[in-house]
Formats: sequence, C-alpha cells, structure tokens
Amino acid sequence: MANAYTPGLKVSESTIISKERRLPLIGDVLVKKGSRVKHSDIVAKTELPGNVELINVVNKLSIDPKEIKDFMLLKEGDKVKKGESIAQSSSFFGMFTTPCPSPCEGTIESISTATGQVVLRQNPTPVEVLSFIDGIVDEILPGEGIVVKTIGTYIQGIFGVGGETVGELQMVASSPTTVIDEGMINDSHAGKIIVGGALITAAAIKKAQACKVKGIIAGGIDDETLRNFLGYDLGVAITGNEKKGITLVITEGFGNINMAGKTFELLKNNAGKRTSINGATQIRAGVIRPEIIIPKEDLKESDISAQPEANLLMDVGCTVRIIRVPHFGSIAEVVSLPPEPHEIETGAKVRVVEVKIEGTGEKFTLPRANVELIEK
Amino acid sequence: MHIPKEKITSILATDCGSTTTKAILIEKVDGVFRLIKRGEAPTTVEAPIEDVTQGVLNAITELEELVHRKFLDGGNIIKPKKNDKQGVDVYISTSSAGGGLQMMVAGVVKSMTGESAQRAALGAGAIVMDVIATNDGRLPHEEIERIRHLRPDMILLAGGIDGGTTEHVAKLAELIAAADPKPRLGISYQLPIVYAGNNKAAGLVEERLGKKTALDITDNLRPTLETENLMPARHKIQALFLHHVMQQAPGYNKLMKMTDVDIMPTPGAVGDIMQLIAKQKGIQVVGADIGGATTDVFSVFQGIYNKTVSANYGMSYSISNVFVDAGLDNIIRWVPFTMDERDLRNRIKNKMIRPTTIPYLLKELIVEQAVAREALRLSFDQHKALAVGLKGVQKERTIGDALTQEDSGESLVNLLRLNMLIGSGGVLSHAPRRQQTAMMLMDSFLPEGITQLTVDSIFMMPQLGVLAKVHPEAALQVFEKDCLIYLGTCIAPIGAAKEGKSCVNVKLKKQNGHEVDIDVPFGQLHIMGLPVGETAEITVNPVRGFDMGEGSGASVRGTVHGGTTGVIIDTRGRRPFELPKDNVKRVEKLLEWIKAMDLYPKYPKFE
Repeated sequence: MANAYTPGLKVSESTIISKERRLPLIGDVLVKKGSRVKHSDIVAKTELPGNVELINVVNKLSIDPKEIKDFMLLKEGDKVKKGESIAQSSSFFGMFTTPCPSPCEGTIESISTATGQVVLRQNPTPVEVLSFIDGIVDEILPGEGIVVKTIGTYIQGIFGVGGETVGELQMVASSPTTVIDEGMINDSHAGKIIVGGALITAAAIKKAQACKVKGIIAGGIDDETLRNFLGYDLGVAITGNEKKGITLVITEGFGNINMAGKTFELLKNNAGKRTSINGATQIRAGVIRPEIIIPKEDLKESDISAQPEANLLMDVGCTVRIIRVPHFGSIAEVVSLPPEPHEIETGAKVRVVEVKIEGTGEKFTLPRANVELIEK
Repeated sequence: MHIPKEKITSILATDCGSTTTKAILIEKVDGVFRLIKRGEAPTTVEAPIEDVTQGVLNAITELEELVHRKFLDGGNIIKPKKNDKQGVDVYISTSSAGGGLQMMVAGVVKSMTGESAQRAALGAGAIVMDVIATNDGRLPHEEIERIRHLRPDMILLAGGIDGGTTEHVAKLAELIAAADPKPRLGISYQLPIVYAGNNKAAGLVEERLGKKTALDITDNLRPTLETENLMPARHKIQALFLHHVMQQAPGYNKLMKMTDVDIMPTPGAVGDIMQLIAKQKGIQVVGADIGGATTDVFSVFQGIYNKTVSANYGMSYSISNVFVDAGLDNIIRWVPFTMDERDLRNRIKNKMIRPTTIPYLLKELIVEQAVAREALRLSFDQHKALAVGLKGVQKERTIGDALTQEDSGESLVNLLRLNMLIGSGGVLSHAPRRQQTAMMLMDSFLPEGITQLTVDSIFMMPQLGVLAKVHPEAALQVFEKDCLIYLGTCIAPIGAAKEGKSCVNVKLKKQNGHEVDIDVPFGQLHIMGLPVGETAEITVNPVRGFDMGEGSGASVRGTVHGGTTGVIIDTRGRRPFELPKDNVKRVEKLLEWIKAMDLYPKYPKFE
C-alpha cells in the first residue's frame, strides 16, 4: 500500500472547534443562532422528572384493585404533599378511617386498577447546560440544545478523569520531560489548569486537590496512581462523572512518558489564556477522548466559516508517534511502507512501516498498528 | 441480490469488529469455493472519521493490493464481477462495531422467566446489563433508578405462563413505564421493548407501554413451566436491533446500502456456524470468540444451543477489566518470567487506551496470551452458570434416575462429554504458532477426557455465518477447506497426584500400522505426532485415582484426529488444576511445558 489510513490524536494550533451542547431530555434553548456566548452562559435548560414511588394502596387499605378509584382522594395529575392522604377507606359507617399517606411531595402519575398501585412522581430537578467554551451559536437543536463554534487551539488527550472545567492555563513544567511532584504545586495554582511534562505523581495530584487546582494536563500517569486517586481499579475506560474536584487530562499514556514536543509547545504558547478541558473518556465504539480547548480571544464570525480537512493518510515523509514498546513515545519519520507482511519478533507476520527515529536517526521496522500520525 | 445464486463466483465479505475491520475474498476455483485472501484495517468509529464504512474501504483496499485486483471505484464496490481483474458478484457484512446490543431483561421470577429471558437475549447476541424481577430483592424505586441509569438499547419483558396470572407482569410494565427509559443513542427515538410473556397480559402491557415506548409483542418465551420457546423473542430482538440500534453506529446506514443482504450482528453469525458444525457432525461443541471488547461463548450439548456474551472481557477495549476481575496473580501465573506489578499495570492500561496496537516483543505477546487465558476462563465460567437446564420443572424420575440424574437447573456444559473445542478471535486465530492457540484453549477451558481442539484459521467465522444465509454451499465449502484448522486432540485424565507419580498409559495405533506406547507421569505435557487429516486408534489406561470418563482407573478407547500440534497428553491435573505456588517452581514448570509444546522455539530463555 502506498499509503495507509492511520488514526491519531488531534493536536492543532488553530482549528475550528464545534461542540454540541445537549440536554439529557427535551427542554428549552435559551440562546439564538449567531449570538456570542461565554463559557459560563446557560444555553439550555430543562427539568429532570423526579424519582418515582410506587404506593401499594390496595394492600394498605385491604381493598380489591378494581375498587381503587372509589377510595382515592386524589386523581391522576393532582399534586400531593408529604404525609397528605392520597386514599382512604372507612368502616363502621365512617366511624373508623384508614388513610394512605403520601411518602413524599409530588404528583400522582397513574392509578392502576389491575395491580392496585399508585405511581407518585417526586418534584422535578432543574438541569442546565452551559456553553463550556467561548464562541458563537452556530446551530440550534430545537428543544435539545445548541452547537457552539469557535476557533482556537485544540488538543485531544489519550485518557482523562473528571468532567468539564474552565480555568487559566499555567505551566508548571519547564520541559516535556519534567516529572511533576508535590513541591511544584502551591496555593497560587488555585482555580488554574496546570501543565506538567512527563509523569504526574500521586503526591502531586493530592497536593493539587488540596490547593483547589481545577485541572492537570500531563504526559503520563501510573496506573497505580490512578487506582489510588479513583479509589478503585478502572476496568472499562468510561470516565467523566468522577466527583474529585479536579479534572485530569493525560496526553500520552500510562507510565513515565514525555509529553509530545508539539503538544507541550502549544500549551506553553497559550499560558495565561482561558482554557476549557474535559477529562471524559469512553474507549469503546464511538470513542470519546479528553479535550483541551483554548478559544481565540478576538473571535470573528468569519473565522468559523470553513472546516479544514484532516489528513489521515500515512505516507513516506510523514511524522508519526510510536505508541507501543519498543520506542514507545518516540517521534519518527516514515521511510517506507512495504506492502507485504513482515515477520516481527513475536513470530507474527504483519503489515509494517519502516521509520527513522527523531533524534537518534535509528531506522526501525514495526507494525503499522503501532504508530499514529501526527498532524503537521 | 442482483445476481442469481448459481451465477455467483466471487464474494467479498467484511466483518466490522470493535477494533479491526476484516475483509475476505471468496471465489470459485475449479468448481469449489475457496478463500483467496484477507485484508484488514482499523475500525473507524473514532472521531474525526466516525464512519464505519471508511474502515471497510481501507480493509478492501488492502485486499486489492494483496491480490492485485480492483474492487473499488471511488467509494463504491464494483459489482458484478467484470473480469479477472475487476469487481465481485456479492458483497456481505457482519458488524459488532456499534458496541453490541445492550439490553435489560425483566421477568417475574428471577430464576425462571428471568433466566429464560436472559437466555433469549443472550442468544440474540445481546449484552444483558441487568435482570429485573419481582423477587430480586430491590425496592421499586431502586429498580426504576437502575433502568434510567443504564439506558439500555432495548428491554425484553417476560413473565408468567400463558393464561396464568397477569398481575405481576402488569406490575413490571408499570415499573418500566414509570422509569420512562431513554435509549443510549439519540434522544429522539422511542425505546424498543419486546414483550414475550403471558399472552393474557398482552393487553395490559400494551395499555401501559404502548404509547411511551416502541412496544413489540411476540410469543411467550415460557408458555408453560416445562417449555421454553426462545426463538420468536430472539428473532424479534435481532430484527429490532438491526433496524433500530445498529443503525445508530456511525456510518452504519451507508454500509447497509453497500451490502447485498442485511448486515448480521457478529455474534449471531458465529453462533449459526457453531450450530451448523454440531449438527452436521452430531457432536457436543464448545466455541469461544474472543474479541477486543467482548468474549462470546457458544455451546451445543444434547442438541441444546446456548450462547453467552461476556460484555466486558476482551483483549483491547476490555483488557483492563479482565485484569481487574481475574486479579494480578491469576494473570502473572501464566507468565514465565518476573514482572513488576507497576510495569504490568501500565502495559495493560496502555493497550486499553490504544486498542488497535499489537505486541511487537515476545514478552509482550506472552503477557497478552496470559490475559487471553483469563478472559476465556472467566467468560467460560459465566457461560457454564447460564447454560443450565430449566429451573422450576418437576422431572419424572425412576429410583435409578434418582441416583444419577442431575438436578434441574444444573449446567448443561459437561467437559467429559465435550467432543470439540473451537477457538476464534484475533488472539487465538492470529497467534504466531498454532501450538500457542492449542495451549491457550487447554489452559482456559481445561478440557477433560478426549477433546478435539480446533481454531478458526484467520478469524473468518463471522463472514461465513452471514454467507451461509446467502449461499450455504459456498459457506460450507470454505468452512471445511479453509476455515477450521485442526490443532489436535487433548487427552486429559481427571485427578491429581504428586509430581512425577504414575498417571496414564497411552497406546496409539496409526493408520499406517505404526504403534506408540507411552507412560506419562503426573504433571506433564507430552505430544504424540499425528498430522492433520490422519486419525488413529487410541487406548488410554489411567492409573487408579484418575478418570477418563469411565470411572477411576478404567480404560477408554476411541479414535483421535490429528492436527497441527498432534495428540497432546495433558497430565497436569483436573479438578483441581493447579500451578505450583512457589514462584521458582512455577516458572520452571511453565518453561518445561513451553518446551514440550514447542511454543516459542526461537526464544528458549526469557531472563
């Protein structure tokens, strides 16, 4: 094959970024198409239906399900307060009554004559969706939300923990090889998103939490550190809902791995700017990777009109990153793409790519599956 | 299809897995259908592509280059075949790229209709996220929360025998209606619900769920206490899956327009092939398909087909979950060199976050094969627990039966009666040496007595499963000639003894009259060469305390089939099978077995 499709993480200095901001349920959109929004603006809101209580009225009143409606004091759709009687039976010509009190405040949703149950729905919870990034409303999704667009720096991480957060970007590492430990984090980092180089240690994460740092971007993390941070061993990579008060975005992988030079330089050049990050990761079909978004400050409407095409074809001369041992994390240039399968150390015959490793100039042949393209 | 079946000579088939998309070319050569070549490419469901057809086109492009022919004209498949250089007659595909069908099932009694419903859902290729039952010990609001939180792709509601009481089923329907579940993919479409319970309650269910959900009513899956009728529910689930859920996978609609027949879910297609083998050969079969995200296990015992999908055991997306559930010690026990826990943890997580990478170093391959053993073992344990006889059924018994017959609800999987173990999936089909595949199968399934070991040659069972719907003869011909690789036969007596003590004597008489007679002491692996296609008469004489299926010390005779590895005498022990506790002894033993099986000949030393 003269060239090959190779997926890779997007690391771009300036690109159009489009974010869908959707409600979990149908609701109201609060902004108009074309309007400018700030990261903290509420763009859509709705109410999440309350929890449901099933009340077995017939059991409580010792009646037949078919008769339930004769004993109900309230009908479907009626509001009810906690302790208020929803049904009542009486005996001895009304001298004795047995009430059926409501366990909570809510609305009567349904009354079943088949089972004798009453479904009571608790009051709804309001849900709001924020813009998350500074940008322009590009599309309205009626009743569901919006699509907000901006132009700026966009970096995909490989793995993250924690949800969306916004803060000022601050460099802590001096180079992509710097390991971040607790001594490098202090109270001045409160409310910031700090940037490390290679590994982030367990002590550093703890210190960052104590200092109320909003987010950490680092090259690598040990799985042991992750387990201690989460409090459990992560089985399936579905993250984003952790309530740890801090968001982590790991750009390279597990272990002490240097941050890719380009990623580090981009972050360094944007130090001091407002940055939106999201650690949510889902590694399954329809993969979600963590994101770092740094919107351009003087955004114009004309900036968001075109979307550049991503080049995903690997060809001779392309720059790639090696994503598995040996040479894990190294940057290399593609020298050749032999079409026939080659035998590798394991004895397997696979499609390979020959690369020249940056820095050492060493030539090395490895499976095509073990490299990813780096956009120039 | 645009072409009559008898005119088909060239078939292109793809399988879109969660990690890799595989394309195969099948053609008629001298009147017989044969596999010509295979190409593959990473599945493209990740941003920025998010279109499964891109991976399909890439896999076909690789195939084009390998056979020096043209199948694509831009993004279209050239059909029908124009000449020896261009086009194919038919294009078909299977897919598991949507992440699998994630279902919840609801039944009245957990161990009865709950389990029947679970079997129906699993048989249809679904991942069962939870079983809701009237007697599951949870409060209604907890069950409602659970339904909402899990956001299943579909719910199967069952319960009650036909004509029986309707109250419990109506209560379950009320519970589901109150939860008002929203599907995982897209908030605009209604959640499909299949009702396969008491026919008398259908109206009540319709009343409660008809307006809120996309309700579909089918035959009761437990019409009487003694019978299970799973097929109508399974078919309904598969149809709804194809037309509602799979379409939500990115690019699926485009793929559907490209294929000549409906796209089949991968596990369904593999299951069809496994059943075909069992029926055709009249044997008891266990099969396993280990993928990146899930491991599917199939079994046919006494003509009863069972399938389970272990949703979170796999070799890429789910590799970390195997590590968590199996535990560090269980993974490391298969590794014949010292490993630091930190290093192993980071390696496994790196595979999880970059699921399409493959091991380059031998040590990495050994670690992945160790994880595979545990993924298969855990999935098989789940299968044995679910592939059971009907519970709640009274069986007529004679006094004799009472002494021997198993209780109802016991696992149908009986390793002593098992004739053939079939492996499929990347880590088994693409192991650099077939001996490694045989060893992985033996270590994870621990076959007992005499068991034939086979593997899907290049992981093509999914494609053959869908091909069987279009052209059964072609599917069968390719299956026989190119798909099933005979690894050999495993001879494993049940029992345990001290290392080196007498265990078994084996006499093998080959077709050419050549005889081999050998004593194999306890704790060893010994190979007797018998090539693919040959059979031999075997007599196995276990010593007292060891059982080949006829009782302690009783001899068994039979015919064994050869294979790429041969006849493997495995005296490492069964019930229990144990590795030495001492680390040095364990490594010594592993290295001895590696040598006996000739697993990694180029690298005899690891330290």
